[in-house]
Amino acid sequence: MSTIGNETPQLRQGEEQPFQPREMNAVEYGRDYVQRLRGGEMGAVPGLIGLVVLVILFAILQSGFLSAYNVENMVIDGAPTIIMAMGLVFVLLLGEIDLSAGTASGLCAVLAAVLLVRHQVNWVVAVFAAGLLGVVIGASIGWLRAKVGIPSFVITLAAFLSFQGVTVIMVGGSGSILVTDHTLVALESASISDYMPIWAGWLMLAIVVLGYAVVKFRTLSKRRAAGLSTEPNSIALIKIAALAALGAVFIYYMGINRIITHTFLTSNQTSEGVPWIVPLMLILLFALTFLLGRTRYGRHVYAVGGNDEAARRAGIRVDMVRISVFVICSFLAALSGLVQLSSQAGVNSAQGGGNTLLLAVGAAVIGGTSLFGGRGRVIDAVIGGVVVEVISYGMSDLISGSNGPGWQQIITGIVLLVAAGFDAVSRRAGLSRQ
Amino acid sequence: MSVDAGPRGASEPILRLRGIQKSFGPVHVLKGVDFEARSGEVTALVGDNGAGKSTLVKCIGGTYAIDEGEYIFDGRPAHVQSPRAASALGIEIVYQDLALCDNLDIVENMFLGREEVVGAARTLDEAKMELMAGQTLASLSVRTVKSVRQKVSSLSGGQRQTVAIAKAVLWNSKLVILDEPTAALGVAQTAQVLDLVRRLADQGLAVVLISHNMNDVLQVSDSIAALYLGQMAAQVRRSEVTHTQIVELITAGRSGDLGLTSSVASAVEGNGAQA
Ligand SMILES: Nc1ncnc2c1ncn2[C@@H]1O[C@H](COP(=O)(O)OP(=O)(O)OP(=O)(O)O)[C@@H](O)[C@H]1O
Ligand SMILES: [Mg+2]
Repeated sequence: MSTIGNETPQLRQGEEQPFQPREMNAVEYGRDYVQRLRGGEMGAVPGLIGLVVLVILFAILQSGFLSAYNVENMVIDGAPTIIMAMGLVFVLLLGEIDLSAGTASGLCAVLAAVLLVRHQVNWVVAVFAAGLLGVVIGASIGWLRAKVGIPSFVITLAAFLSFQGVTVIMVGGSGSILVTDHTLVALESASISDYMPIWAGWLMLAIVVLGYAVVKFRTLSKRRAAGLSTEPNSIALIKIAALAALGAVFIYYMGINRIITHTFLTSNQTSEGVPWIVPLMLILLFALTFLLGRTRYGRHVYAVGGNDEAARRAGIRVDMVRISVFVICSFLAALSGLVQLSSQAGVNSAQGGGNTLLLAVGAAVIGGTSLFGGRGRVIDAVIGGVVVEVISYGMSDLISGSNGPGWQQIITGIVLLVAAGFDAVSRRAGLSRQ
Repeated sequence: MSVDAGPRGASEPILRLRGIQKSFGPVHVLKGVDFEARSGEVTALVGDNGAGKSTLVKCIGGTYAIDEGEYIFDGRPAHVQSPRAASALGIEIVYQDLALCDNLDIVENMFLGREEVVGAARTLDEAKMELMAGQTLASLSVRTVKSVRQKVSSLSGGQRQTVAIAKAVLWNSKLVILDEPTAALGVAQTAQVLDLVRRLADQGLAVVLISHNMNDVLQVSDSIAALYLGQMAAQVRRSEVTHTQIVELITAGRSGDLGLTSSVASAVEGNGAQA
């Protein structure tokens, strides 16, 4: 590429004092935070507020809403949406869209099911094949977008339609394929006893909280050593304590036996513990957050989403970044499809169709990821996905009868619109300060 | 065609261009341009709209490859085929349309594409980058930004220009080219940026300043190069010309005994955009 080679230019040495070396106290930090919110960097705040309001609302209106049984079901049902939304965050960060993520997830799941059932392969092979298909789909979409220059809306609309067709053909006459592989099905705990042991749940929490604390304090001490302004210790401690407390409530809650009515079938069985999907989602959340927030690649994704011309001039390979986000999105769609397969213990010919994709896009946007590109985080997918699931469960309990699903869709639509409104307004707030 | 020797004539210019030719298909934009820039000096590059200033700058910066001509940097012939090659030589360009990402903060923008990493996992070294960005701004006596972690979208036009310039000098650059840095700024902010431009030169960098504003040019430059329809009308010392002479060089390609000879000027005019 370069005739001169890749030697990094030497940095200019400044002899003067570093810029503003000072420690903020908690009050200053709070004021700074509020200022950033008002400057249009609201991030996940509206989503979190909405979540709290909705949970309180449904908990008042519907007595069983916060039962361990209901909460566990929300986690399991929300998992495929959340995982798909994590991938969509990458695509949305570039201001692109992937309408095919839903049917791609269905197609990959169907491939896995066909391999498992009709070809009797090991589950590892089936999962690998589904993931690989996801990567190939993403690379193709990305190539068509970056190198051929077709708008992603059109490419993925075409893919959305054709994947649906391929799925119908692959599933064939019976309309569904049942999957009985134990490992795959245990992921979403389709049978009542496939959960993490209670101790494993607590161990997982300990690892997460400890890991968070170590990363936090190492960053703080490094910044202090360099004489840079830092978050006060008190705030860091509050964050860690909040994480530990919320996590402990969840783990404790999931430790309660969820079988309340005993039939002769379940009389000597218990249903307790954290679903296996939770550690998987935590690993994804951690890995993808690291990728976006702490690596050069992640920084370049934001840069291309903010101003691709500036990114190009800075030497970033914009086309490769563009292709890569579609690969990540379709790969996570494949994972999402496998999780959906697990919860249904099979696939059908409409796998991944319907609302699947729209709910996932809604989740990312409700969580605070901008449709205009350049703004968003992986955690947004989790927050938004939980909001979507809370609405779905809350409404279906609230409105019985055949109108339930209808109202659920209406409310989800309204919430999405409100979230997109926040997005547009906060973007304007940011721009108006120029 | 007169290229000045100047008071610092003893020192070799850091950049010397001879007979640069550049065409876009049938459009002959640069027709044998000579140009020099010296360390510690502000060299103004002036010319009417479409004279070829931006094109010349993009040739220097490696965005466009030159068709013909001599490109000598730091005394050695250089083949600059890409922006990367230019920045490896120590040439940085602040473009007319700023190349900043609104959604990133000042530090992130300054290090874009050249982020510092640390450890086996090659994670971003935020502390180091923040420190160096702060030092660079301080060394340029920039006091107008509140925090280096501010998003660029929240900055004023002058502050953005400052960030773009600081980004260019963060690296050990030898030649910084500014394409109309004051075009969109008010009076106070223009003064700030011009001040900064002067300081860069005083620190020993070679600065090339493109501007349509004669007051700016006269106020800040040491040497003035006037392009006229793709030819270098003249490159003269600031101290040796008047406002009127520069305007004549820009609009007619000649002024008294300066500039293109009348036959050349009219020939250029007559040929217009012909190949
Ligand atoms: N990529 C290109 N293809 C064809 N013609 C071009 C190209 N780039 C520039 N030109 C032509 O070259 C001429 C010089 O353009 P250039 O942008 O260098 O002018 P300039 O001096 O920077 O003008 P301004 O003051 O308006 O910025 C113009 O006539 C322009 O139309
Ligand atoms: Mg120009």
